[in-house]
Order: sequence, then structure tokens, then C-alpha cells
Amino acid sequence: MNWPILSVTTFLPLVGALFLMLVHGDDRFAKNTARWVALWSTLVTFAISLVMVWRFDASSAEFQFVEKHRWLGVSAYHMGVDGISLPFVILTTGLMPICIIASWSAIQTRVREYMIAFLVLETLMVGTFAALDLVLFYLFFEGGLIPMFLIIGVWGGPRRVYASFKFFLYTLLGSVLMLLAIMAMYWEAGTTDIPALMRHGFPLGLQKWAWLAFFASFAVKMPMWPVHTWLPDAHVEAPTAGSVILAAILLKMGGYGFLRFSLPMFPAASYDFAPLIFTLSVVAIIYTSLVALMQEDIKKLIAYSSVAHMGFVTMGIFAATSQGVAGGIFQMISHGIVSGALFLCVGVVYDRIHTREIAAYGGLVNRMPLYASVFMVFTLANVGLPGTSGFVGEFLTLIGTFKVNVWVGTLATVGVILSAAYALWLYRKIVFGTLDKPNLAGIKDLGYREILIFAPLVILTILLGIAPKPVLDISAASVAQLLENYGAALKAAKLAAVMAQ
Amino acid sequence: MYQAIVFLPLLGAVLAALIALAGARARHPGAGPPPGGDHAAHHHSDHAAHHDAHGHEPAAVGSRTAELITTTLLMISMILSWIAFVQVGFGPQDARVPLFTWIAVGDLKVEWSLRIDTLTVVMLVVVNTISALVHLYSIGYMAEDPYRPRFFSYLSLFTFSMLMLVTSDNLVQMFFGWEGVGLMSYLLIGFWYHKPEANAAAIKAFIVNRVGDFGFALGIFALFMLVGSVDLDTIFAQAPSLAGKSINFLGWHADALTLICLLLFMGAMGKSAQFLLHTWLPDAMEGPTPVSALIHAATMVTAGVFMVARLSPLFELAPSAQTFVTFIGATTALFAATVALVQNDIKRIVAYSTCSQLGYMFVAMGVGAYSVGMFHLFTHAFFKALLFLGSGSVIHAMHHEQDIRHMGGLKDRIPFTYIVMVIGTLALTGFPLTAGYFSKDAIIEAAFAGHNPMALYAFVCTAAAALLTSFYSWRLIFKTFHGEPHDRKHYQAAHESPMVMLIPLAFLAIGSIVAGLPFKEIFAGPGVAKFFRESLTFAKDNRILEEMHHVPLTVALLPTVLMAVGFLVSWQFYIRRPDIPVELARQHEVLYRFLLNKWYFDEIYDALLVRPTKWLGRLLWKGGDGWLIDGFGPDGVSARVLDVTRNVVRLQTGYLYHYAFAMLIGAAAFITWFMFAPGMR
Repeated sequence: MNWPILSVTTFLPLVGALFLMLVHGDDRFAKNTARWVALWSTLVTFAISLVMVWRFDASSAEFQFVEKHRWLGVSAYHMGVDGISLPFVILTTGLMPICIIASWSAIQTRVREYMIAFLVLETLMVGTFAALDLVLFYLFFEGGLIPMFLIIGVWGGPRRVYASFKFFLYTLLGSVLMLLAIMAMYWEAGTTDIPALMRHGFPLGLQKWAWLAFFASFAVKMPMWPVHTWLPDAHVEAPTAGSVILAAILLKMGGYGFLRFSLPMFPAASYDFAPLIFTLSVVAIIYTSLVALMQEDIKKLIAYSSVAHMGFVTMGIFAATSQGVAGGIFQMISHGIVSGALFLCVGVVYDRIHTREIAAYGGLVNRMPLYASVFMVFTLANVGLPGTSGFVGEFLTLIGTFKVNVWVGTLATVGVILSAAYALWLYRKIVFGTLDKPNLAGIKDLGYREILIFAPLVILTILLGIAPKPVLDISAASVAQLLENYGAALKAAKLAAVMAQ
Repeated sequence: MYQAIVFLPLLGAVLAALIALAGARARHPGAGPPPGGDHAAHHHSDHAAHHDAHGHEPAAVGSRTAELITTTLLMISMILSWIAFVQVGFGPQDARVPLFTWIAVGDLKVEWSLRIDTLTVVMLVVVNTISALVHLYSIGYMAEDPYRPRFFSYLSLFTFSMLMLVTSDNLVQMFFGWEGVGLMSYLLIGFWYHKPEANAAAIKAFIVNRVGDFGFALGIFALFMLVGSVDLDTIFAQAPSLAGKSINFLGWHADALTLICLLLFMGAMGKSAQFLLHTWLPDAMEGPTPVSALIHAATMVTAGVFMVARLSPLFELAPSAQTFVTFIGATTALFAATVALVQNDIKRIVAYSTCSQLGYMFVAMGVGAYSVGMFHLFTHAFFKALLFLGSGSVIHAMHHEQDIRHMGGLKDRIPFTYIVMVIGTLALTGFPLTAGYFSKDAIIEAAFAGHNPMALYAFVCTAAAALLTSFYSWRLIFKTFHGEPHDRKHYQAAHESPMVMLIPLAFLAIGSIVAGLPFKEIFAGPGVAKFFRESLTFAKDNRILEEMHHVPLTVALLPTVLMAVGFLVSWQFYIRRPDIPVELARQHEVLYRFLLNKWYFDEIYDALLVRPTKWLGRLLWKGGDGWLIDGFGPDGVSARVLDVTRNVVRLQTGYLYHYAFAMLIGAAAFITWFMFAPGMR
């Protein structure tokens, strides 16, 4: 059994996409074919990725399922996953079938192209998490934006041009700087192999420089305050499944980048810049929570709440304690599930009433009790209620940061109060009250397809809240090694500084 | 057995929830593709809408089943709790029941487990007894509500959360239960979700509690930072070594233990509605009355008291924190009593009374008389649940009238309710030999005997509050049951509640009388050490339990005298000369308004916190995001770009930038290859 399981997981969706290109016509049959092909491609991909989990050795911090082939001269086709990247791969492959089902009847124009875009996107996202070569990573990382742009630009809302343009401008800056840093790193180390670069030990000057360049790219992706303003607009304009992918996976690339590059390759710079990250994270948590309080658009509110939740992630990662880092990873996974589900919840009512304005709703519980229950579960997870997955990540990042910096830990905890305020306010405005708006009078509760997509998400949200251990265990060994290397590098740097004096 | 006590209510909750969801599904079928079925569904929905409009929806299918399942399971849980009470309290059978690992990261280990000791079993009997009786009572009280399966599911889930809280062996599980009961309180206050006031009250309760939980969480973080564990036993073992250490907390060099205790106590203040964080409790009365009795009188609001008792090994080492606890408790006891004097909503009077009594319990905790505070918690659960459920019976009889100004003379119409309410009032005011007499007087004596700087203040406050308690409690009785009926129509229609409601009242009435004397020995007498053993810690120099029995006779008699005075004044005011209170209110208009408006706390918080927060949110959104970041960032840039391109190309298709971006990627890839490729060869 020595087949390249990682490459298969990565490229199987692309095969589905290529197959779809053969399908022609725009009749009902062609549309359904596109849907079924996409669904099966993503389902099989998910199944294979589960085999990977099964065969994964969680006690080892090494990269596993490694594949290495010469490619493009300097760089190599080098793939592999460790405990930090595997959860993200699973998150991607697991959410993809849900996105396809969620788009089943919501997308009626250019169905084939839409499905192709999603399948290509899946390949690029899985590739981003699995790439072990800088150039390969860069191609996957930046390439993933193209299908996302298309999804927003073609199937998006009325202001999609503005939204895409804004995203583009933000990303442009980060991309260019990251590319420059990659070149510099190659000139310094003579390789673009990620595991080799992790061991290289860059000089402090280059570390700082490269750290900032990578930071520019990852901070936009997270997004961190103050480069977050593209996110609310992108979410508002994106179709439901696009929002799900954006919130659940694309945002996680920034956090993953910090874990894969910033911390292991530039430990001294990470240490020096941690106060900057702490400041931005705390500002993000409090500032965007306050802004979320005042939103009038459901999607914008959830988007701002995403920025706040990502603040916990960056804070935890750069606290560089085992709880902080593990909590950051867990928070990303949990947020992937919960925010994805929240956007699906918005999609449910948007498909029926075609507005995202909070004021247009009210009293849905009277006609949609099942929807109300589902929405409540995810609202509570978003609030970080113990017993849901949202609590575990938030709690771990906070407890891990408090140890390092009492100020940051305390201020970030204020976010816990604010998140309750905006999330429950939103829920009350939409779900509770009397149903007296005439256009809501005939609204229907969840259909079977909708129940099908929410059921696994509800179960996961609660299961990961009560027994998060399996997920935490997957990454435990890798996190431990990451922190060990980080600590050793810092010690060496300090020693060098003392010697220099 | 302990697993059964804790998890049977959860089982009931899950089953009832399934029934509720199935019922909801049957009422409102989802959107479905079959076009034929669509018409039928549409017809059905019109039907349902019709019912909505008239507010007489038929009860959900399976309501009776849900009621029976949850109530029966709770009864079993209650019986087992009493068995555990006897086994653990009177025989050394403390236990730890490990379940499974919750969170394990690095040096942080959090297990799901049940800690069974005397303190736990006291809470188990309180929670399960009151909960079982409230379940039973609700069958009658909620009989007309169409959503009973949901209601009973919530009640049982609340009970489960509360049980997880009191059986927790570590602070994180306690936090789980802590927030869990907060959630269920939120859902139950807002049970009638069509009422805007209920929704507002529910959110207020959750958020004010979150403010308290903020402190609780920080306390956990700080303990973990210093001790490296969240397990109670480890923390208690290491606590003595923390004495003298300090933390730099937000620029304040604080004594570590004092800071930790204060932070944790902040959580207790929120949950137990203490002064400054009390504003949610009166509003919570928007929920159904059985909920008020269970959550907002007998169990959840006492969680803060339980927490301080549970953490007595920490508080005993932090005298400054104890002083603060005493101060807050005493202030709450008096403050809430003054507000209760003038309220007119029957439930709000009882709610402020609860607030005040919780203050008493904290006074006991603050002066180190933990078992005495637990004693009052225990007796208070009976008579306060009785008063709430009795009020519920009055409200039921009066067709949801809650204003005591519209009542009067009801004692002839609903004599049973009248009798049990009088029993509850006797117990609350501390009439000799009732349950409240023993526990409340013990607290006042303990406050007198206490040594911390706030003990005298606490003694004065609690004694004064005793006078006021007697006054407002009898005022409630007199205005409701005596005198002339103020609303003829309601008076004539008033009827006694069904047996299913009266039986729980009878049990609670019995409890209100007998929960005192037989338990005095083990809660406030020489039996404390043998009964509570290691579950409560008393420092070596803490001899309060002994000293409180040697207070002067005048002090011992004072509460009883004050109670009698309160009764007589009330009698004078509301039976003999009803014109006096009216005249008084007119003469002291300002004071009257001040009390009637609850010291204007809601208004102050609104002006000081709520409005500025909203203002800031809007400012950051429009000014920060919209004007500053976007204006000088992407919008500024893109506006310039668009200005140029609009004249050149019609950009409406919006695809130009796609190509631009694709080119960027391509160029990047090319450069990469071009620069790196030769180096390899």
C-alpha cells in the first residue's frame, strides 16, 4: 500500500474538474451532471483524506506521507503533512461536499463553471496545506485566490466588483513582499525546501526583514486589524458557499502560515515582533467586536466576528506556549466549522427572502423552529459557550496567553463579553419576537437537503466541545516540537547576543 | 449511583428535546422539493398561522410524555440524592468519579469527573429536590402552554448543568456548569420569545453574567499561571505556598491570593446577583414563575455562594478578599431590602428579597462561617421556592395579574395558597422555630462575632435588613390576601390551583418549617467538623463557629425583636391605617422615587456603559473602518485607478482585474523559475 495518498487527495478534485470540462450544454441534465460529479469528487476526496487520518502516526512530529520529486529545477515537488497541517486538510476536504450540497439549488447559472471553480479551489487549498516547498506553497497559496475571485466576481452580489477589487489591492501588497522574501531566503539558504529552511537558522537581520514580508501576506489573509476591511465586503458579495470557504479555510491560511513559516523559520523575529502581534490581536478583538455590535447586515456582522475570533488565534500562536499554539490551531478548526455553519444559516434565509438585512427578519422561530435550534447551537459556539467547540479554542488561547502577558490575556477576555452581546442580539433580532412581516408569513423550515448539511456540523460542534482530545492529540507532537525548536533557537540567539557584547 | 444522579436529568432533557423537535417538525414541515406535497404544506401553514394569530395553538404532540419522562427521572434523581446525602454526610464516603478527559494540552489537564463530598451532597439535595418539585408544579402551571416539551427539556437541562457545577472537581468543569446554567437561564427567561421584554431580560441576564464570568475566567487563568493546574485538590494543596506572592495585574502589584479570590468572586457576584451586578435578577422575572423559583431563587443564584464555600481553602488565606465579600454581601442585603419595600410586582418583591438573602449568605462566607452560609442556602431554597411557587399560584388564580395593587382579600378565595405563603413568610422573616429562624439568626450572630474590618458593618446591615424583610414580606401578604379586593372581576374568578401544583407547595411548606432545627447541629453547631470534614476549610485561628454562640443575649434576641417590629409596622400600615404609606410616599417623594426606580441602576448603566459602547461601535465602524482605513487604503487607491480606467475601458463587466491578477501570478511564477532554475544546474 504505497500509493501517493497525499497527491491523490490534492489532485483528485482537479481530475473531477477536468472531467467536467468535457461536459457541454446548459440544459438540466448537464447541470445535474456537474453537481453530481462535483459531489462525488469531493466525497471521495474526503474519504481518502480520512484514510490518511487513520494511517497518521500522531505520536510523531515528523512530516508524513512525504512525496518528493524533482521539479522546476531549483524547487521540488515536495509534499507532506504533520500534526499542524493535517487538521486543515481534513477541514478542507470535509467542508467541500457540504459546500457543493449547499449550492445545489442556490446556483442556477453557469453551474458547470461554478463546480469547476470549487474543485480547482479545493486542490489549491489542500495543496497549500500540504506543500513542503516554498515555491510550490507560493503557487498554491496565491493560485487559490483566482477561483475565489471568480466565485465572488461571477456568482456574487451587486457590489462584487468593488469587493473583489478591494481584496485584490490588499493581497497584491502582501504577495509581492512575500515573493521577495522567498527569493532572499533562497539566496541565503540555497534551497526552497521547507523542512530544510526550518533547520537553517537565518541571521537576525534577514529574519526580521523576511518576517515582516510574510507577515504582510498572512495578516491580510487572517485578516488582522487594520487590514481586515476587505473581509466584510467580500463576504457580503460572495455566494453562500463562497463565504463558507472564505471564512472556514482561506482565512486559516494566514494562521497556518504563521505556524509553518514565521515561528519555526524566524523565531527570534517572532519573539521580537510578538508585542506587535499582541497589540493588533487585542485591538482586533475589541475593535471589531464593537463594530460587529452596530452592523445592519447579517453577513457583515458574522464577518466582523470572524476578525475578532482570528484575533484569539494570532494572539495564541505568538504567545508561543503549548496552550496558546494548540488553542490557536483548535480555534481555527472550530471557527472553520462554526463560521462556515453560520454563513450557511444566513444562506438558508437568504435563499428564501433574498435579503441580508437584519431588520428584514424577526420571529423566524414561529415558522422555522428547527432552523432556530440549529442557528442557536452555532450562535452559542460563536459566543464560546463551554460544551461547544468555540469554548475550547478561546479558552486555550486565553489561558496560554495570560501566562505570558497578563495585560493581553485580560484585555482579550473582554471580547468574551462583547461576543455574547453581538451574537445574542443578532439571534434575537432574526429569530425571536413575533413574526409580523408579511413576506415572512409563508417562510418554510429547513428542507431535507439543509438538514443533511447541518447535521454533521451540529454534531461536530458539540462533540469537539465535549471531547476535543482527538483533534488536540493529532497536533500535540508537532506543536511540542515546534515550541521546543523555538525555545532552543531563542536561547541560542540570546547566547549569541551576550557573546557579541 | 452518582452518575445516575447527574445524568438522569440530561437523559430526560434529551428525550424531551427530541419530542419538542419532532413536534415542531410536525407543525412546520420544511421546504421540500415534491411539488404535490407543496400544496398540502402550504395549506397546513395557513392553518398554523391562523392559530398563531389567536394564541391558542394546540399543545405539541407528546407533551404529556415529555412531562412524565422528565419529572419521573428527576424524582429518581432526588431520591438518590437524599441517599447520597445520608451516606456521604454521615459516613465517610467521599468519592471521585472520573469520567473521561476533556482537554489535555501541555501541562494543562482537564478531566470530566464528579467530586462527591459533603458540600456537593448538600447542593445535590437542594438542586434535585427543588427541581423535582418544580417539574411537578409546572405540569399544572404550564398546562395551557403549547410548547411544554421544550419547557421541560430546558428545566431538565438546567438541572443537569447545575449538577455538573456542584460536582465539579476542577475549575473548568465548574465554569462549564456555570455558563451552562447561565445559558439555560437565558433560554428560560426568554421562553416566551414573542414578548420583547422577555427577550431583553434574557439577553441582559446573559451579558451581566458574562461580565461576572470575565472575572471568573481571569481567576482561572491566574491560578493556572501560578499553580500550573486547574484541579481543585492541586490548587488547595499549593495554596499555602502562594501566600505572600504577588502578581502584577494591569499595573497593580496585587497579593496573588487576594487578586485571585477577588476575580473569582466577581463571577460569584454576577451569578448570585450581588450589588453592582444585580440588575439582571429582577428583570429575569419575565420568565415563567416555576423558572423563577428553581433558577432565580433556590439553585442557580446560590452557585456563587457555593463557589466561595468550595474555594474556602483559598478565601481563608485571603483576608482582604474576605473583607470585600463581607462588604458586598452586607450592602446587597440592605440595598435589595430597601428596594423591595416599595415594589408592586409580586414577583419582583420576592426577587429583591432573594437578592437580599443571598447577601446574607455572602456575609456568612465573608466572616468565615462557611457552613452557616450553606445552612441559609439550604433553608432559603425551601422557603424562597415556596414563596415563588405560591406567588405563581396567586398569579395563576388571578389570570396572570402580577400587580399587588390589583389584588387584595384573596385569602378567602385561595386559602391553601394563603396558608403556605404565610408559612413561607414566617420562615423568611425568621419566626422562631421555622427554618429561616435558625439559619438567618446564625448569620447575624456570626456577623457580630466576626473579626474582619467589615464585620460590624455587616452586622448593622443584616440586622436592619431583617427589619425591612419582615416589613416588605408582610406588606406582600397583607396587600395580596387581606383587605378589600381591588379588582372585583379577577377576585370573583380567582380559583385555587390544581392538586399537581398544591402538592409541591405542601412539600415546600413542610420543608420551610422542618429544614431548620434538625440540621442546626451539623450546619451551625458542634457537628460541623464531622459533617463537612475536608469539604470546607477553616483556618487555624478561625473559631467563628464557636464564638458566634457566645454573643450577648441582646444580640441573639435582636433579629426576633426586629422581625416583630417589622410585622407590627406592616400591620399598622396595610391593615389598620392604609392611608399612612400613601401619605409617607407623598411626603418623601424623592426617596420614594429613588427606591421605586431601584436606585436608578438601570439608568446609570445605560448612560455610562450601554450608550457609550454603541457610540464607540458606530464611531469605529464608520470613522475607523469606513473613513480612515478604507478611505486612505483601498478606496483611495481604487478610486484613482477607477477614475483613470473608467474613461478608457467600460469596466462594468468587472473582469479586467481578473486578468490583471492572473498576469501577476504568471509573472511571479515566471520570475521565480527564471531566477532559481539556473542556480540548480
